[in-house]
Amino acid sequence: MRSAGHWLRHLVLLCGALWLLLPIYVAIVAASHDARDLLGNFPWLPGHRLFANLHHILFEGLPSAIPVWRMLLNSLLMALGISLGKLVISILSAYAIVYFRFPGRMIAFWLIFVTLMLPVEVRFFPTYRIAADLHLLNSYAGLILPLIASATATFLFRQFFMTLPQDLVDASRLDGAGPMRFFFDMALPLSRTNIAALFVLEFVYGWNQYLWPLLTTTHPGYETVVMGMQGVISAANGFAVPQWNQVMTVALLALVPPVLVVLMMQRVFIKGFTETGK
Amino acid sequence: MSRTEPGIFPNRWLPYVLLAPQLLVTLVFFVWPSAEALIDSFYQVGIFGIQRHFVGLDNFAVLLADGGFVHSFWVTLIYAGSTALLAMSLGLLFAVLADGVLRGRQLYRLLFLWPYAVAPAIAAVLWMFLFAPQTGLGSRVLIALGVHWNYAMNGTQAMLLVIALTVWQQLAYNFLFFTAGLQAIPPTLLEAATLDGAGPFMRFRDIVFPLLAPTTFFLLVMNTLFVFFDTFSIIDLVTGGGPAGATETLVYKVYRDGFQNLNLGSAAAQSILLMIMVSTLTAIQFRLIERRVHYR
Repeated sequence: MRSAGHWLRHLVLLCGALWLLLPIYVAIVAASHDARDLLGNFPWLPGHRLFANLHHILFEGLPSAIPVWRMLLNSLLMALGISLGKLVISILSAYAIVYFRFPGRMIAFWLIFVTLMLPVEVRFFPTYRIAADLHLLNSYAGLILPLIASATATFLFRQFFMTLPQDLVDASRLDGAGPMRFFFDMALPLSRTNIAALFVLEFVYGWNQYLWPLLTTTHPGYETVVMGMQGVISAANGFAVPQWNQVMTVALLALVPPVLVVLMMQRVFIKGFTETGK
Repeated sequence: MSRTEPGIFPNRWLPYVLLAPQLLVTLVFFVWPSAEALIDSFYQVGIFGIQRHFVGLDNFAVLLADGGFVHSFWVTLIYAGSTALLAMSLGLLFAVLADGVLRGRQLYRLLFLWPYAVAPAIAAVLWMFLFAPQTGLGSRVLIALGVHWNYAMNGTQAMLLVIALTVWQQLAYNFLFFTAGLQAIPPTLLEAATLDGAGPFMRFRDIVFPLLAPTTFFLLVMNTLFVFFDTFSIIDLVTGGGPAGATETLVYKVYRDGFQNLNLGSAAAQSILLMIMVSTLTAIQFRLIERRVHYR
């Protein structure tokens, strides 16, 4: 039994999916041609220069820019530093807030909580000056540390720890396990799904940063691929024939890693993401 | 063993050690710069920060009297409003359609989810290529349709391009949350309505949509936050705030005033106003999350 509504539903969904895919398809076509081919009528099918363009952009790059493999490496270091750093400091602080009673506990919680209200885009201007005073400009520490505090992750781990039964702690205390033993044997393994989901979330966040690396890195050796796009575009426009094929090759390289991470971890990502509400 | 509260470890110093890294980062990179911005916003600061004198609330008064700031506020609001409306309607539409599919639901989820991972900056570059004046594929279509397309010259067109690409980028987020919201609706409720003779449209209007209301409001806040604060890269790459300030959002204006015009006092005052806006929106959002938690 296939009604007209059934086919209409698929038609609308496919149109939406194609609309989302169209810019990527056009980018692949552009990245697989010679710059000159893009000047006249747009070629509808991919050409055969994709690997040549990839090789060129990865290992030589555009004039006055570092090779793109180096930018990708910087992006990877920044994204891993931010995501792993956020996870470590957030899970530790959430653990402290949930499983201990100590003076200043609520002050600490609220102090972390307010950071949620100050995304880097809002405080970039004063933060830049602090980073400069601390000699963090043009360093991996400068790319990572100011973005590493995470109220979101702390909040989510706190919520999760609060759902674990108290008997769990009491039982392991009776067995003579100390707080760190409980952390490594119980809290950490039980948080697997949350950790994985947050890792995806924060890896994408770190990889996709634009404004902060733009401000803090003036030395090309620290350029990340997302913030390097501006330089790539202006370099490509410096040619007699604008090198849009190379720009699109870089854009594809910049979007593939986070998309792969999301697609590979899709199940756990949706689960951890939607169950916790953020 | 000493008796303490259940579920709690008795330990005096360990919690402070565990909290130290997060607190250190928070103090150095959040509290300290925010305090400095607050102080700076009351001063007129010379170009290299050497001379400074106290001006009280003058920086704020100048900002609110200055047409530029108010203009940027409206630009941001129009941008955020249109983007939220479009990205949420489309997200809801596709989520509802995909939810009703029996075979291929998983595939549709993948097809609508992946743009979540694309950086706004990269989305901007892709769309710039599509709509580059004269040479872009989209531009050629528009020109063939008789549109004088040149977003570098026409402020309305620049805004439309920026909105379109932001919707493209934000759709996945809304799709994800609406999908989750739909799954939380008890199927028995819908079955009962069907038995009572309610068609698909009535079921959506009377049951699905009201139950999605908390999700919808949450997404409205999140979409607004995103456009207000996370679209710097889009503006910087596509339009540079132009033409003639037509796409100069608040965050972009802080960047220009602080880093290009070196008007430090004004940039600090603007940062403070942005912090007030974002904290208001975040407070609303948290009330919502807490309520969602209560529902379960």
